[in-house]
Amino acid sequence: MPQVVSANRLTDGTVVFLGPQDRWVELLSEAEIFDGEAAISAALARAKAAEARNLVLDCAAFEVTGSGPTIAAVHLRDAIRAAGPTVHRDHGKQARLARRL
Amino acid sequence: MYRYDEFDAAFVADRVAQFRDQVARRLSGELSEDQFKIHRLMNGVYLQLHAYMLRIAIPYGTLSSRQLRKLAFIASRYDKGYGHFTTRQNLQFNWPALADIPAILEELASVEMHAIQTSGNCIRNVTADHFAGAAEDEIEDPRPYAEILRQWSSVHPEFTFLPRKFKIAVTGAPNDRAAIQVHDIGYQIVRNAEGETGFAVYVGGGQGRTPMVAFKIRDFLPIRDLFAYSEAILRTYNLEGRRDNKFKARVKILVHEKGAEAFRAAVETEFAARRHEVAGLPAKEIDRIRAYFAPPNLVPRTPSPAALATRKAQDARFAAFFATNVNRHKVPGYSIVTISLKPIGGIPGDATAEQMQAVADLAQRYGHDEIRVSHEQNLVLPHVAEDDLPALFDVLSAHGLATANAGLVTDIIACPGLDYCSLATARSIPIAQAISERFGDGPRARAIGALKIKISGCINACGHHHVGHIGILGLERKGAETYQLSLGGSADETCSLGNITGPGFAADEIVDAVETVVDTYLDLRSSTDEDFLATYRRVGLAPFKEALYQRNPGAGI
Repeated sequence: MPQVVSANRLTDGTVVFLGPQDRWVELLSEAEIFDGEAAISAALARAKAAEARNLVLDCAAFEVTGSGPTIAAVHLRDAIRAAGPTVHRDHGKQARLARRL
Repeated sequence: MYRYDEFDAAFVADRVAQFRDQVARRLSGELSEDQFKIHRLMNGVYLQLHAYMLRIAIPYGTLSSRQLRKLAFIASRYDKGYGHFTTRQNLQFNWPALADIPAILEELASVEMHAIQTSGNCIRNVTADHFAGAAEDEIEDPRPYAEILRQWSSVHPEFTFLPRKFKIAVTGAPNDRAAIQVHDIGYQIVRNAEGETGFAVYVGGGQGRTPMVAFKIRDFLPIRDLFAYSEAILRTYNLEGRRDNKFKARVKILVHEKGAEAFRAAVETEFAARRHEVAGLPAKEIDRIRAYFAPPNLVPRTPSPAALATRKAQDARFAAFFATNVNRHKVPGYSIVTISLKPIGGIPGDATAEQMQAVADLAQRYGHDEIRVSHEQNLVLPHVAEDDLPALFDVLSAHGLATANAGLVTDIIACPGLDYCSLATARSIPIAQAISERFGDGPRARAIGALKIKISGCINACGHHHVGHIGILGLERKGAETYQLSLGGSADETCSLGNITGPGFAADEIVDAVETVVDTYLDLRSSTDEDFLATYRRVGLAPFKEALYQRNPGAGI
């Protein structure tokens, strides 16, 4: 299953995702999607390199479906990390997305 | 309340400076996460699902108005305008930036607060009865001893790297409101036959994946031996506790594996051998600490019962609040007021900065400047004149803080769960909210009577589900949230662990299941005076099980 690599930004702990050109992006919809074991391992290795450079911490890959605006995490834990607390829709990334609409 | 002396102030200021340096070195890349993690944890900084989390110690749950105002300020200035009061009488901020945490700690130090030992394998914040110093049933205020233990255990060189975390609770009353029997050590102030006060000592209680009720290791410990005996327990644990398996490292496992009597013998041997080497607790020092906790000068008052009666007659909401959230005080004419942080449909334990500010103002105006945080995630004003209750209630109402449900079905303990916590396996808060909406705080909730529902989002049991009259444990099964129900737990002096009813329930079934349990209780109770726990203990699990699994076919997983 396709996967996205996520981490927390060192300075403020914000959840970030590995995006195109190895930039760390804040929104899941902007994350790069990796398919296949080799691509996922290579992406994780690049993420670990960013961890070693003290940009992020706690790198991990998780499963997604869809892409771009329809991208969604498969597991609830990852979905909550990507959106924010389900009990506080006014906080987390979901609040930013709501403001954009 | 306790005030820092020069040593305390300098110590905390040094720790802030030290952590500021550690954060700077982490941000510059000089320290790796592996090197930094132990330092951040020692200062209460976790990394959770969305951000860092800062856990701030509120020793024995006691706050002044000045301190609560500072917490409100930090919530507004550095976080998202709210904080979460926890089951260990602490406060957690869910969104601080690492770069801001040294500044937050400096703000805290300015009001004699810190986040030291709120994490790590050390002796954690010492908790106490939230009605301490005000309760009618109290032998003695437990907080001086909690403070003495706090000072003793702060950066104690021998007990800073224990096999696992270590939690101590102290109560001064026979009615246990501090859940001492589910702590690593529980101290209960008692009187012996000679009329002297000392401690009954409980060891090896705890929740988590292996819940255990504590073992009473001693009926009476003279007060002067508090250090020597605590040290004997901790030393036995530190030497013999398992370090090979994190999940078997708590003292409860040692007590269980070694055998309670053998553990007692080891502690008593250590105590006897070292009793005279360890500094006794001098009466003069106890008196010095006790003076900080001297009760406010409450002149016994004859309240105007007519005024209260009139308000109660005219205002059903006030009458309900008076019936559920107001407890008798040991001084006539005064009350202990519980401010519920469980608004109907709200998030248990959360308070906005504006609410914290309002409670601080009320404590200053009506409550002798004292606020307590309860392990049940509520706030308490321990010293309020009865005549002031209507005015207090009006201000609480204006701030959404007058929910009349203390001790009722909607006064639910819930851990942050999967909405925030990186350890969680399921959400807890939405379940608490749905149960709260279902039962409300009206006549139905009052007719149900005393009922404690406690919800945890994983087996670590921060939501105390093992000791809930109704306990709910959130788990993940095949990718879906599943909730296991247990009945008959209690954290009071009759402490017991709940029994699991059977197969778990899906998220959209669990509230109905709770309602089935409650309805079954209402059918079974011998009278309206027989509360849920008493009924459960009389009839056992069977009728509840029958009702649950007959009425919820297919609920099994």
